[in-house]
Amino acid sequence: MSSGRRPEHMAPPEVFYNQDEARKYSQNSRMIEIQSQMSERAVELLSLPEDQPCFLLDVGCGSGLSGDYLTEEGHLWVGVDISTAMLDVALEREVEGDLIVGDMGQRLPFRPGTFDGCISISALQWLCNADKKSHSPPKRLYTFFSTLYSSLVRGARAVFQIYPENSEQLELITSQAMKAGFTGGMVVDYPNSTKAKKFFLCLFAGVSGVLPKGLGSETVDRGVANQVQFTGQR
Amino acid sequence: MKLLTHNMLTSHVKGVIKGYPLLIKATEVKVNEVEFKPEFVSRMIPKLEWKALVQAAEGLGQLNDLPNELVPDYEKNEEFLRKVHHVLMEVEVLEGCLQCPESGREFPISRGVPNMLLNEDES
Repeated sequence: MSSGRRPEHMAPPEVFYNQDEARKYSQNSRMIEIQSQMSERAVELLSLPEDQPCFLLDVGCGSGLSGDYLTEEGHLWVGVDISTAMLDVALEREVEGDLIVGDMGQRLPFRPGTFDGCISISALQWLCNADKKSHSPPKRLYTFFSTLYSSLVRGARAVFQIYPENSEQLELITSQAMKAGFTGGMVVDYPNSTKAKKFFLCLFAGVSGVLPKGLGSETVDRGVANQVQFTGQR
Repeated sequence: MKLLTHNMLTSHVKGVIKGYPLLIKATEVKVNEVEFKPEFVSRMIPKLEWKALVQAAEGLGQLNDLPNELVPDYEKNEEFLRKVHHVLMEVEVLEGCLQCPESGREFPISRGVPNMLLNEDES
């Protein structure tokens, strides 16, 4: 993507990711490798609790390469994509996650608090284009982020690997996410390398808190004992 | 589409207030074996709309003997967790549609994939 036109300027995603383009995601080993590396990093940035199978959302899941990594890590997932050609490849590859045809710019059709986290690889920049007369990118971004916020459990993260076109676009994406209630920001890997540089938007849905222990339980007793000891020494 | 996903899906048609649960109209259902992860099932149970799960399973003739009410202390009850696992993870709707209970809008399911795309006037 270093030269030439950006794919999202050529056609809407459901048109651009046709059968020919989709096939690359199951056959081109270089493409597969890059996708897998970015998925791995995105999951790392989610910082999920260790050794706990989670229920995750993959937005713009495409042929399910990122989903494969989630499965490898022991998680269960639901993937949403607008391109049926890409989803067909995912079906052929027999991915473990459930797939849904959907437009991320429309409301996400999930109940509140469904997912423990969300990842999205190279998909968000597609929302920044108006592919139809009726499309307003700021509005579609806001609709997406606000329904995503609600479908996540509190304390969950959403990590988006993106190829931003310019700083205005980054600003637009981030501001709409913040309006929808998210906190967080941009993580840039290898910022000084033109080739390896990668952008990850890391969003937090509310704070993640550990439930305090009730009084009289083992751990709290010990805490009180320590305090008494401390005052005793004085 | 697994019944776990169905339990989480709602209708997002513009103006719909009560878009849950989506009615399953299945023409083809398959049962797959899926690895049993008791910890995952335990963690998902509090998030489930139990009544919607029982209804969905019953409608597909896959209820087996899943109880109508959630049992207490299910975390330690492997037999119960296995029953929930079966219904949540192993029963798969391949063909048919999902119907919004309020607007009547149908979302087609093809090869196990529900199509939740809205038309311009519905979004």
